[in-house]
Amino acid sequence: MNLRTWFAAALLAATAAVQAQAPIRIGSFLSVTGPAAFLGDPEQKTLELYVERINAAGGVLGRKLELIAYDSGGDAEKARTFAKRLIEQDRVDVIVGGSTTGETMAVVPLVEAAGMPFISLAGAVVIVEPVKKWVFKTPHTDRMACDKIFVDMKARGFSKAALISGSGGFDKSMRAQCLGVAKNHGIAIDADETYGAGDTDMTAQLTKIRNAPGVQAVLNAGFGQGPAIVTKNYKQLGIAQPLYQSHGVASKQFIQLAGDAAEGVRLPAAALLVAETLPDSDPQKKVVVDYKRAYEARFKQDVSTFGGHAYDGLMLAVEAMKKAGSADKARVRDALEQIRGYMGTAGVVNMSAQDHMGLDLTAFRMLEVRKGDWALVQ
Amino acid sequence: MRGLLALAAVVLLAPLALANNYHYEIAILVGLNAIVCVGLNLLIGYAGQVSLGHAGFFGIGAYGSAILAARYGWPPLASLAAATAAAALLAWVVGRPILRLRGHYLAMATLGLGIIISIVITTEDRYTGGPDGMSVPPLALAGFALSGERAWYWLVGALLVATVWLSLNLIDSPVGRALRALHGSEVAAEVAGIDSARHKLLAFVLSAAIAGLAGALTAHYAGFITPGKATFLHSIELVVMVVFGGMASTFGAVVGAAVLTALPQLLTVFKEYEMVVFGGVMMLTMIFMPTGLVPTLAMLARRRR
Repeated sequence: MNLRTWFAAALLAATAAVQAQAPIRIGSFLSVTGPAAFLGDPEQKTLELYVERINAAGGVLGRKLELIAYDSGGDAEKARTFAKRLIEQDRVDVIVGGSTTGETMAVVPLVEAAGMPFISLAGAVVIVEPVKKWVFKTPHTDRMACDKIFVDMKARGFSKAALISGSGGFDKSMRAQCLGVAKNHGIAIDADETYGAGDTDMTAQLTKIRNAPGVQAVLNAGFGQGPAIVTKNYKQLGIAQPLYQSHGVASKQFIQLAGDAAEGVRLPAAALLVAETLPDSDPQKKVVVDYKRAYEARFKQDVSTFGGHAYDGLMLAVEAMKKAGSADKARVRDALEQIRGYMGTAGVVNMSAQDHMGLDLTAFRMLEVRKGDWALVQ
Repeated sequence: MRGLLALAAVVLLAPLALANNYHYEIAILVGLNAIVCVGLNLLIGYAGQVSLGHAGFFGIGAYGSAILAARYGWPPLASLAAATAAAALLAWVVGRPILRLRGHYLAMATLGLGIIISIVITTEDRYTGGPDGMSVPPLALAGFALSGERAWYWLVGALLVATVWLSLNLIDSPVGRALRALHGSEVAAEVAGIDSARHKLLAFVLSAAIAGLAGALTAHYAGFITPGKATFLHSIELVVMVVFGGMASTFGAVVGAAVLTALPQLLTVFKEYEMVVFGGVMMLTMIFMPTGLVPTLAMLARRRR
């Protein structure tokens, strides 16, 4: 062996060593700015915080994590371009991102073609139904929220309900899902009203609902300001039937906006909202309390379920890599599909080849607003 | 002619600098935006009319072709042609009465039209998939689907050169001279015997058709379309590209589209300051180059000589 081959061999060994130490690249594209910033902002903060924490604890498989995140501004075309950039240029090992359903669906054909494990943080059922080989998601679906609400209505002995919804993507998707599953629960939807995105008064729609005969409960599928206004108008009109809101308004802001009128309103939400009031026996308590404390200590702002979705996404990716023993894309994907009994902020995750979300109805807690705060409905 | 050859050379040689599919993607988006801007420039730069609803025509092209192909099983080439024709027809119907008026009526009417189209696309979810968007089948001819960034690059590149050629020819034709006369002084042009309404309508319909075509191509290329591309904000983006590159300059429209499409991708290194830097670049360009990028640079080059 002459000097030159020695040198080459040494170089080869050195590159191999460097390769082993090269960081695992986590790619992400999120709506950090724009109309969906309330989703993307806590998601990005959560990813940054936990990548830092995981690295401080020694990384994954002896390698550090490296986060590469882009701001899509809620624009589906930008999301697609950034996804291509993550796949082609940055050569990431896994993508955790996609704040909205539009962004996610625009990216699905790309990750399917490239064979890139992709964990979406968006809500709609279409993301995982039908199942797509490389696509997973962490948040609950709107259909589960409908199911949870109808189960609660049934338990209270109601069989006739009214629906009022906004005209955003979330609202429309949830309205369609609720109309679809109502029959399964033996609930008849007797009134179906809608309001526009910028409406500031919903008394007309609510008056119609009040005048519809036999309505026992009202469900508002909505997002943002609308549901707070509905709740206020509801109180002003003196409607006595119970009002249900969706998981779309599961934040303290809703209670602040709706004020007194929010008393008695019920909604399905993740355990994160009531983290500290969960009984100690609750298996989810540790996860949600830890996340809540870490997030609030670092960013000095209230934790939101959306950040929780990003936490779950990152942790599922890490869990899958540990299970697979490598960051190889195909093996990570297979490992993701086999995750069972993982406890996240959204609930217990049991993935399977037929279910790339893995959550069931126990993931949602039914909450009621009492004295200006959330309370668990037993 | 020299400019056209230079553009063709750029399109032909650019792949040497494109290392991966992501680079091709940016090049394709630049091309598609440039096609729309060259058309819009005919209206803004030559006919002197501002359209604040061009994203609406883009949306009609995109969703028209997507719906016909995905929901009614039309062959994509037929749906592409039909959607382009629909955008042109709508422009003709709306433009006919409005372009007889003077002043900024077209800007106001197109503003309203664009918003109406955007609302219809968002609310008619049975056809359009609503705010979450819809999937679009790939472009196919006789069973062969056009797929892959490289194939699309050549298609979009060829169309861009063709659009620029069309635009340059039109500007040098009697119609183009009439349009420029209109921009200078509508009264003087009419005294000289130019039918101002007819010429403005022609520019409007042509630019709407080009926007529709680019919209339809974008939808088939992306494979997924959301109403974001049909909103007022996108209309403004298109106008900004034309003004930034330089009004009444076909190559200005191309350069404007190229810079404003590629710049945000380069600025991601600034992370949260991306928007600030982007705004700064825009402001400085408009302050020091008020006639736009290409006309200012051309003037500087002439002065050097």
